[in-house]
Amino acid sequence: MTDAVIIDHAFILAAILFCLGLAGVMVRRNLVFVLISLEVMLNAAGLGFIAAGSAWGQADGQIMFIAVVTLGAAEVAVGLGLTLLLFRRFNSVDIDQLNRLKG
Amino acid sequence: MNAETIYYFMFYFTAAIAVFATLMMITRHNAVHALLYLIISSLSMAIIFYLLGAPFAAALEVIIYAGAVMILFVFVVMMLNLGHRSVEQEAAWMPAKGWIVPGILAAVLLIMLVAGLGESDNLRGVHLVGAKEVGIELFGPYLLVVELASFLLMAGLVGAFHLARRTTPTPQYGDKEASL
Repeated sequence: MTDAVIIDHAFILAAILFCLGLAGVMVRRNLVFVLISLEVMLNAAGLGFIAAGSAWGQADGQIMFIAVVTLGAAEVAVGLGLTLLLFRRFNSVDIDQLNRLKG
Repeated sequence: MNAETIYYFMFYFTAAIAVFATLMMITRHNAVHALLYLIISSLSMAIIFYLLGAPFAAALEVIIYAGAVMILFVFVVMMLNLGHRSVEQEAAWMPAKGWIVPGILAAVLLIMLVAGLGESDNLRGVHLVGAKEVGIELFGPYLLVVELASFLLMAGLVGAFHLARRTTPTPQYGDKEASL
């Protein structure tokens, strides 16, 4: 059960999930979907910390995971507040509307 | 089937489910469907955390991601109340052409990450790190992280409250442009 190849494959899984989330952030124009994809990216980073902590048998990885989860929760709360504000101002959740801030 | 085979099977099966659910999540047009796939992805990640010897992180993943964060998203989707028109709108916002460049960029990043990870010879196998060790570390040397997390959550709470507060009457700056 304690095979190092599992740790390698957990890192590869984290990389795959991070890239999927990144593709979602780049493709989507709906701000809600962008935030969901950001959550996936943060989750993948957390998986990397967990895998590293498990490889070394230390609790530090899980502590960094807790920090990442806290960051994700605060980020999603503020982000969804901004989404509501965007919807009230422009009656749309299109993130491209935000370029009207310029000028 | 011995325990090791079952362990490997569970790991790769759950990893495949996580990748599939995430892939489905980023391609859905309906926000609620995407959220349901995100719940599946979070639950499979929790199983992977458990298999990697982190039961405390697995419990946190279920409680916070599949619980609290998901409730926030569902709540906002309900408040926006986009209805059926949002599905067609999403389909119009995501042409097949728009996937090419982000797909290439993400694939290049993935290739670089996987090539950079390579084969590790100095890493050891999976170790069980229980909630007790995490708690001792968290409230010992990492006490500052707890304080910073409380700062961050307080700032997030105040920020979200301030941003989402409805002032009366709501100013509609974009009325002319808001023709969807």
